[in-house]
Amino acid sequence: MGAIYVMWIRQLKKYVRSKPRMIGSLGQPLLFLVALGFGLGTIYQKAGGGNYIDFLVPGIVAMTVLFTAMFVGIDVIWDRQFGFLKETLVSPSSRLSLMIGRTLGGATVASAQGLVVLLISMLIGFRPLSFTHVLLSLVFMFLIAMLFTALGTAIASKLEDMQAFPLIMNFIIMPLFFLSGAIFPLDSTSGVISTIAKFNPFSYGVDGLRYALTGVSRLGVFPDFAVLIVCLLVVGAVGSYLFSKIEI
Amino acid sequence: MRDFGKFRAVNKVSFNVKKGSIFAFLGPNGAGKTTTIRMLTTLLHPTSGKLKVNGFNPVTQQSETRKSFGIVFQDQSIDNDLTTYENMDFHGSLYHVPRELRRKRIEYLLKFVGLWDRKNDLVKNFSGGMRRRLEIARGLIHHPKILFLDEPTLGLDPQTRNHIWQYIKELNRKEGMTVFFTTHYMNEAEAIADEVAIIDDGKIMKKGSPSELKKVTKSKSLEEAFLKLTGKSIREESAGKHDMRMVGKMWRGK
Repeated sequence: MGAIYVMWIRQLKKYVRSKPRMIGSLGQPLLFLVALGFGLGTIYQKAGGGNYIDFLVPGIVAMTVLFTAMFVGIDVIWDRQFGFLKETLVSPSSRLSLMIGRTLGGATVASAQGLVVLLISMLIGFRPLSFTHVLLSLVFMFLIAMLFTALGTAIASKLEDMQAFPLIMNFIIMPLFFLSGAIFPLDSTSGVISTIAKFNPFSYGVDGLRYALTGVSRLGVFPDFAVLIVCLLVVGAVGSYLFSKIEI
Repeated sequence: MRDFGKFRAVNKVSFNVKKGSIFAFLGPNGAGKTTTIRMLTTLLHPTSGKLKVNGFNPVTQQSETRKSFGIVFQDQSIDNDLTTYENMDFHGSLYHVPRELRRKRIEYLLKFVGLWDRKNDLVKNFSGGMRRRLEIARGLIHHPKILFLDEPTLGLDPQTRNHIWQYIKELNRKEGMTVFFTTHYMNEAEAIADEVAIIDDGKIMKKGSPSELKKVTKSKSLEEAFLKLTGKSIREESAGKHDMRMVGKMWRGK
């Protein structure tokens, strides 16, 4: 338990102490929220889609959680480069507990970041169904965060340096986001995109979060929950294995 | 032995270190020192051969091995975003040191290395010497039987180097701790080590006390003995070779 706790608290301390990182990571979701929300809102409404802000906010909150979680997971590469990873790997604490602590810490940070974006969204007119629904949305935020922190850690366990970072950004994070129904309804897209989205675990996170905040779900809240849990178990197991095999 | 692809970094290296002694592991750049330390400290598995650290096998008894030693790495390994105290506390927790004992040891060790007054400062504001002292203190919090030091005085001024070696000698004397270190400063090794092993091209060239090595090689100093055993040509580290290959590929447009 000690190792899990210290790895968790370390992530939180790093997050709280890095004000530029905290503020900087809000820039992109807020830009998306304002630019897309106000830019495409009228067109979306004229096309009969309803209030675009209501549709967009769960997607942007999910995006915030996805990006933060993946980046926190990828922090392993920084820890490897700056030597801190060695310090943890030579300790008698099991690598599984180190991995769990890292993932919980990353998930807490990412969920907190998602909650901040949700609160800011409420300032521009978004209204969740009820407080209970906000609590449910926290569950989905945490699940998304756990899944993608574990994925980030798994990927970073196999990478030696930050040169692969653009590769991760362009070939993993962006496709996960754009092909998930976060910013446009999948019903109105071509069959190909809709099919791809079905195999994208992030789609289920977005859908679950949308249900929690607006009561609208395309895939069903129980399938959303089940897919996220199963993916988390699989990715968590793979991530733990890869983390346990790190050699420096 | 340890291979990286076709490159053999450590080849049939065999030595024992006496309990409670100070052992210097010397060699030119890329000789295999750090690879050997990484294998002894469970960070790398040997390709073949047997290892024992404090009677434990670092491959099959990792947890027991890890509890036995403290380590100061060649590169910095402290967390810049944490304070001095947090870095110590974090390390103690990872080594399962109970909270109350941890608190006492942190105070003792930080006073020992002269950092108690800076316990609440973020490490990112520290000088190289202060970081090294903190790393040494951190490596001792779980009272290890063996202390590995991979070039602990690299890049430090003579005053700080002198202080660090004084700490280490005192620890060895007071606690009976076995010290295993690497360095490129031969005068330091000559002054502090009970026994020295010289490694080159992944193989042990000679082993003995500094005076024995000087006698065998008919040298006036350990540095002279070292140069006689390892030659005077400049070495490339394996990482350097890799970088050169990458530069070559770039120029060839590959």
